[in-house]
Amino acid sequence: MGAYCISTDPQRCIACHACEVHCKAKNNVPQGASLGKIVILGPKLVNGVPRMSALFLPCFHCEDAWCIGACPTEAIRRRAKDGIVYIVADLCAGCKACITACPWNIPQWNPQTGKAIKCDLCMDRIDEGLEPACVAACTTNALRFGKPGELSQETREAYGQAVLSKGFAG
Amino acid sequence: MKKVVYTLCFMCSIRCPIKVVVEDDEIVSIEGNPYVGAMKGGVCPKGAAATGLLNDTERLQAPMIRTGPRGSGQWKRVSWDEALDYTAEKCKEIFSKYGSKSAVWCERTNFITDLSKTFTKAIGTPNYFTHDALCKGSVNTACRSLFGYTDAQISVDYGNTKHIVLYGRNIFEAIEVKAVNNLLDAMGKGAKLTYVDPRVTITAAKSTRYLMIRPGTDLALNYALMNVIIKERLFDAEYVDRWVDGFEKLRTFVDRYTPEWAEEETGIPANEIVALAQELGEAKPSVIFHYGYRGANHPNEIYFRRSLLILNALMGSIEAKGGIFFKKGPKDAGHKAGLRNYSSQKFPKMEDTRRFDGCGQDKYPIADPAHGVGGMFPLAVLNEDPYPIKVLFAFRFDPLYSIPDLNQNLKALEKLDLIVSIDINWGGITWMSDVVLPESTFLERSDPIKMFPGLKPAPYRRVQCVTPRYDTKPGWWIVKALAERLGAGEYFPYESIEDIWNYQLADLGLKPEDFEAKGFVELSDKPIWWDRKDGLKFKPPSGKIEFVSSLMEEHGFPSFPPYEKLETPESTFRLMVGRCAAHTHVATQNNPYLNELVSENVLWINNKKAEALGIKNNEMVEVSSKVGKGTLRAFVTDLIHPEAVFILHGFGHQEAGCTRSYKRGVADTLLQEHIMDTIGGSPALDHTLVSVKKA
Ligand code: SF4
Ligand code: SF4
Repeated sequence: MGAYCISTDPQRCIACHACEVHCKAKNNVPQGASLGKIVILGPKLVNGVPRMSALFLPCFHCEDAWCIGACPTEAIRRRAKDGIVYIVADLCAGCKACITACPWNIPQWNPQTGKAIKCDLCMDRIDEGLEPACVAACTTNALRFGKPGELSQETREAYGQAVLSKGFAG
Repeated sequence: MKKVVYTLCFMCSIRCPIKVVVEDDEIVSIEGNPYVGAMKGGVCPKGAAATGLLNDTERLQAPMIRTGPRGSGQWKRVSWDEALDYTAEKCKEIFSKYGSKSAVWCERTNFITDLSKTFTKAIGTPNYFTHDALCKGSVNTACRSLFGYTDAQISVDYGNTKHIVLYGRNIFEAIEVKAVNNLLDAMGKGAKLTYVDPRVTITAAKSTRYLMIRPGTDLALNYALMNVIIKERLFDAEYVDRWVDGFEKLRTFVDRYTPEWAEEETGIPANEIVALAQELGEAKPSVIFHYGYRGANHPNEIYFRRSLLILNALMGSIEAKGGIFFKKGPKDAGHKAGLRNYSSQKFPKMEDTRRFDGCGQDKYPIADPAHGVGGMFPLAVLNEDPYPIKVLFAFRFDPLYSIPDLNQNLKALEKLDLIVSIDINWGGITWMSDVVLPESTFLERSDPIKMFPGLKPAPYRRVQCVTPRYDTKPGWWIVKALAERLGAGEYFPYESIEDIWNYQLADLGLKPEDFEAKGFVELSDKPIWWDRKDGLKFKPPSGKIEFVSSLMEEHGFPSFPPYEKLETPESTFRLMVGRCAAHTHVATQNNPYLNELVSENVLWINNKKAEALGIKNNEMVEVSSKVGKGTLRAFVTDLIHPEAVFILHGFGHQEAGCTRSYKRGVADTLLQEHIMDTIGGSPALDHTLVSVKKA
């Protein structure tokens, strides 16, 4: 995912799909397409107990991106400073090669413009020091955006603190 | 240049504080107001879809007068003057024959409620009701019967709770952003969530204990919980001694309602009931029996809602951290007065004060006249009881899809001489109207300031973010323009929203500019709690929580009538209705983003029952009740109790102008019978029996 990743906290996610709507409103995504997608498992009964889980799937911004290789017009590029993979709309010929080349079919189709569109992690927002729209306005703060290393540090720190404070409470 | 506006969302009635970024008269982003911690910067899917509403070419765009038959969709676009003059002329004609009491104003409570009330008082009709009555009239009455306060005057301390019990309060799908976040925080710290519902919702999936109860038997569960709590002395004895009146009556009453008895009625094992009572006893007083959000399920609603509040009282959780608290207002925060109202001006004496619904009068003596009993509207019109009703003003409220028995509602409309709707969207009632007055969306208008009482009371302000996209007006402008034409303009002494703000704030010592920085002004830095030993200000005559309610007994309603068993006859199902996170009532089904998330309702039916009926998942089925029938897709699942079927509220729109929601799914009111809680005032929205077959 280039320099960044988005992680999902399934304990907090309530499967409301606001993240998808925030993404669509920000990026003017037409009906039928979604750049970021929240995948929900459940609710279902597991041994009679209701269970559910969630995972947010934007574009992975792969190191070695299939879509970039497939694009005949070099419309898909990787930003040097942080590895974000994005489409230069003016150069997109609408051949859909990126959509089929991506193992997860992550690039989407905009029938109104006849061009492919994809998640660029809201790079205009990132350049303003903001988080992607999905993360910033998730209803429950279930999504986190950051550099993989930072996320790991934060999660470990929070978990450790919780374990230790249980000892204090006893 | 980008500008930041702190305002209030209105995609649903919660009205979350939001931060809107605007550039070149376009919305750049909508996020939670960062000065309100519990928002966590978030906005739910409906709030996220606000630009879908703003830019929708299928919403109301200009004043219109009907030209063809009602409901034919034939309109002429007119100027505001023409629409308002026409409305006033018609009203005058009708009022000269039937009096102004022949007009009913109904609305979804909003920031101009004070002005709507001013309007009805100024033109001289006692007939005003709100959507609240249809949603939670019985919760309101139950609260007043115990504490002397309405349900709007209490709230829930989610963030500090140790154990919360939700009865069908599907908190993670019928979303209030702050409540959701506070509860998730509490659960992160180990709070328990017990969820009781015949249906496995998202809330069930996130709960620590889920109880699949037989539909309609929640009251039996509560009586058994009381039985255990009292027998095992799990209650907060000190609190009960000090603050409860009628405890002995309750003890004798619930003695017969053992967990074993309840197991038979509810299907919940007796040992589970005992275990739950014990766990709650340990966590008291930081426990919450949620008293309800929508409280309009069954005819015994008032008793069920009372039972929840009584359980809280037994746990000592009323005005306790992590329990329920009374909302504090400006006076509790040391101010002499709050916001000034227009509706408390002096008005001419009304010629006839009898209300269409008999609320606070003969028919519903203890329901709250501030909201009325909306369920009575079609009956009053059809029976001309107590007199003919001829004019309806529907302000952002849709009686057709909100009051049970759609066909009866349509019949009632036929008897009206004038239907005027003030709304944002097309809906059942707008489509059937004679005159349509389009209101600007919350992003296009400013509204009167609103006091939010709470532990830290604070007035909040909604301000305009962008210019109106179409020929629409704010509600406060529309209501004044109507009043002027009916000779009542003097009660609306303002020209602009600034005039209104200055008038409202005069006694509080605040100025409109004080709201620029954060969108609200906190009147207290610290949460205000009353002293649990001596400072609880209960209003009933005893000064205590009245288990035996003088309000009820004085009007001939028993406080503890014996429980009546509920049977669901073989071959029928109890029709349940509810919400999802994507939609608000009947208002958002045509929103492009939200329609894409959930575009129709389906019939949840238990897999074993479906198999017996030969119904497969995704097949079309016909659902019929005594009053109506409809066809929709079946969702065959083990996630619902065999005696219940479920559909989402708000679908089945018949407004051809709304291409995305037109004829998608079935309207719940088409199937629901008109059954009421005749004491509390709520309709019984989950009580109708239906049968299901392959379509
Ligand atoms: S907005 Fe947040 S809570 Fe809602 S589905 Fe997306 S990740 Fe989950
Ligand atoms: S819950 Fe959603 S729609 Fe309702 S006010 Fe809050 S953000 Fe807006």
